[in-house]
Amino acid sequence: MSTATSATDRSPRSATADSVDAPLLQVRDLHVEFRTRDGVAKAVNGVNYSVRAGETLAILGESGSGKSVSSQAVMGILDSPPGFVTGGEIIFKGRDLLKLGNEERRKVRGAQMAMVFQDALSSLNPVHTVGTQLAEMYRVHKGTSKKDAKVKAIELMETVGIPGARERVNQYPHQFSGGMRQRVMIAMALALEPDLIIADEPTTALDVTVQAQVMELLADLQREYNMGLILITHDLGVVADVADKIAVMYAGRIIETAPVHDIYARPAHPYTRGLLDSIPRLDQKGQELYAIKGLPPNLLRIPPGCAFNPRCPRAQEICRVEVPPLHAVTEEDGRELPGRGSACHFWKETLHG
Amino acid sequence: MGRYVIRRLLQMIPVFIGTTFIIFAMVHALGDPVNALFGDKAPDPAVAAQIRASLHLNDPLWRQYLEYMKGIFTGDLGKTFSGEEVTALLKSAYPTTLKLAAVAFTIEVVAGIGLGVLSGLRRGKSADTGVMVLTLVVIAIPVFVIGYVLQYLFGVKWGIVNATVGYGAPISDLILPGFVLASVSLAYVARLTRTTVAENSKADYVRTATAKGLPRRRVITHHLLRNSLIPVITFLGTDLGALMGGALVTERIFNIQGVGYWLYQGIVRQNSPTVVGFVTVLVVVYLLANLFVDLLYAVLDPRIRYA
Amino acid sequence: MPDHQPNKPVGVPDDSNTELSSAFAETPTLGAMGAQSLLDEEDLSHAAHESAESVAVTDREVPRSLWQDAWRELRRNPVFLISGVLIVFLVLVAIFPSLFTSVDPLSCDLSKSQLGPTSGHPFGYDTQGCDVYARTIYGARASITVGVFATAGAALLGTLMGGLAGFFGGWFDAVISRIADIFFGIPILLGGLVFLSVIPSQSIWVVVGFIVVLGWPQIARIARGAVITAKQQDYVTAARALGAGNSRLMLRHILPNALAPIIVVATIALGTYISLEATLSYLGVGLKPPTVSWGIDISGAADTFRNAPHMLLFPAGALCITILAFIMLGDAVRDALDPKLR
Repeated sequence: MSTATSATDRSPRSATADSVDAPLLQVRDLHVEFRTRDGVAKAVNGVNYSVRAGETLAILGESGSGKSVSSQAVMGILDSPPGFVTGGEIIFKGRDLLKLGNEERRKVRGAQMAMVFQDALSSLNPVHTVGTQLAEMYRVHKGTSKKDAKVKAIELMETVGIPGARERVNQYPHQFSGGMRQRVMIAMALALEPDLIIADEPTTALDVTVQAQVMELLADLQREYNMGLILITHDLGVVADVADKIAVMYAGRIIETAPVHDIYARPAHPYTRGLLDSIPRLDQKGQELYAIKGLPPNLLRIPPGCAFNPRCPRAQEICRVEVPPLHAVTEEDGRELPGRGSACHFWKETLHG
Repeated sequence: MGRYVIRRLLQMIPVFIGTTFIIFAMVHALGDPVNALFGDKAPDPAVAAQIRASLHLNDPLWRQYLEYMKGIFTGDLGKTFSGEEVTALLKSAYPTTLKLAAVAFTIEVVAGIGLGVLSGLRRGKSADTGVMVLTLVVIAIPVFVIGYVLQYLFGVKWGIVNATVGYGAPISDLILPGFVLASVSLAYVARLTRTTVAENSKADYVRTATAKGLPRRRVITHHLLRNSLIPVITFLGTDLGALMGGALVTERIFNIQGVGYWLYQGIVRQNSPTVVGFVTVLVVVYLLANLFVDLLYAVLDPRIRYA
Repeated sequence: MPDHQPNKPVGVPDDSNTELSSAFAETPTLGAMGAQSLLDEEDLSHAAHESAESVAVTDREVPRSLWQDAWRELRRNPVFLISGVLIVFLVLVAIFPSLFTSVDPLSCDLSKSQLGPTSGHPFGYDTQGCDVYARTIYGARASITVGVFATAGAALLGTLMGGLAGFFGGWFDAVISRIADIFFGIPILLGGLVFLSVIPSQSIWVVVGFIVVLGWPQIARIARGAVITAKQQDYVTAARALGAGNSRLMLRHILPNALAPIIVVATIALGTYISLEATLSYLGVGLKPPTVSWGIDISGAADTFRNAPHMLLFPAGALCITILAFIMLGDAVRDALDPKLR
């Protein structure tokens, strides 16, 4: 486990960088489990990552990989019970959030770190106007007067590019289109100019054309306000343009980390490779599309060893016994690849083979 | 909003006519009111015919109904067979029932919603289980059984309150009957509130509210309850009418001289003007309560208002 | 693959987006637990339960229907088991009361008026000197009959009217809905008092008929809503596109899917109808002697409650247990059919 901790995001070279410019958010060995009638589901099993101001980390994974759960743990909005953070540290601007009291934690939420959810229609309260919900941020956190808060809400809507903000501020969420609603969500997250925004599949519920616009808006705002951004997605296509680095999650672990473009060129984990191979490509027209065989693991009974082993084309005996740590990934000649790590016993074969 | 209100009002017209007509027709089937008027004595045919004519009893039913409706809109509900104005009787009886219903409604709202919220927020905890079992038992016991048992325990055995309601129906005497009248509805309100609170507490917008860093109190009041109570309020509105009907039983047990009491007497004595008058008024109140709830619903839920 | 260009997936973003997500979607949801549903305790246990099942019975490929799931859920629910056993017992009592007592509920001995429980007569005697135990046993029949038949009638009529209204919509829907509103506009107890005092014969069937007449709109509203929801489902559109006629659509595709909420409401209504019958009998407009009914007995015992509480408490207890059993059954059925509501 110790190997994993040090290697995730801090392969030697980046570690030196960290000490100069401490990351905004650092998640260390995070564990989350859900205690249910049928047993304990281990949703997050020792996750490590860090995000710096102005940096975008994409967390990629299937449903049930723990990508959303880990970010909810960071936000402190885990449904508890049944969810419990059972270990690790979440260090945000120098403080371990898990050691803070409820009230201090609440003050961080919304003001210093904010979240954009996937389905804006259900994530916005249907019975309050968009303006009220935006203004609520200022009213509660800053004690702004009703009138001023509304003015700010209108400014906010203009910032995220909602036309006719002055009129639309009094409308209800269901009166907005999908893309506009997601802009409202983004505006809400942006209200108090937080240091970190976590976007949980922000474009999944949108039309493809609108997806691009919303992603672009997020990226622009992030640059403008120099925020850290965690982008949670299952969609490799969304990530490439926006993210600086990628962490791939499987069964509650990060199984590969890499700067964004490296991963497309040379994946170091068979799972990542499988994901990439299942994207249709123009130069493979007419061939059968690859699909990862089998099913994602049941979190109540994660397979021993590497969780991916029942589905892995490279699986050997060791994979069924030993959990692979996150190895620092190097070139064949031993040259380091900064920021890269792979939790596979056969990362060399995968990367170079 | 305007269109919604107009549509609801228009929809109410046939319902109003249909409901009152059914009641009117039914009461008229109660039997010949003239015979009832004379009790055991055989009426003089000439006198009987005169009375029939004066009461329009020889007209077809629909004519009588129209005549009656005309009366209603001019505030005239006719005379009881003992010669009293039905409206006068209603005026003396209604405030008592209204007071009883108000006490019951207050208990229902406060205790029902309170227990439901408590239970919904603590799902699976012992408080929740307690509320669920308690409400289930209350629902299963008919009101008149609850009434007699509580009357016996509080009024007779322990002597905490008066067993029957005294003259003028003071509020202090109405608390126990009010609780009895409210009991079943209270249980339904508690269960409904629990369900909606529990369901909505998992809603995405509640998670958003938490993620916004709102204090838990505000999350619950402004977001969770604001949404969860919409169906509860709907139920409460329709229940207002049911409370008036339920007052029949409660008023009989506690000897309260309200609408239910006189209505019951009217039915036993076959005094059809009393029965039609009282039932019509109760039904109108019920329909108005339903209409009010529909409009309130639109006020509370913008998705309906702008549909 | 090593020389795969870095921005290849970006080059065809639209296609890759959709295709990739569909690649994920293709994986059956059996063991796949969405992070969202992870937050949902029930869903999680449900999914876990399913996968546990699929491990145990690997050769069973057929996905279980809502009904099979509901049955599985019900069998594990103690509330269902308790209420089920109670109801079976009560139905037995209602059909064969003589199995449980050899005393005739109508043969009374005035000299024993209001006597308390004695040996052989565990519930004592009522004012007429009748055996309360025997009357309590025989009273089950009236309550159960009214409850079962009134519910069946209201459910049939309500499903038919509501279902047709929801299916055809338009003016048909408007007419049915207004008719339902009219009956809904009469508070049930008030209506009962008026209607039943008009009709001279107070046999069980008159009471059943009355409850059906005032009870069906409740079921009809539910049925209408459920049918409208089911009608909009894609599989119904698909069936229609494949040339299924109206009657086939209704019976094969819509009805089975609209049935769950109707059953839930009907089971709970059953308990309240039993309570209603007792209340009407108490008010003197429901059943009349010589029918043996809990409502009549409670009503008769009410005046002497202070002196002889046993006369009221035993039939009242039986009545409450019966209503409780049906309401609990309704609750359990609802939990099983609609996990969301738990």
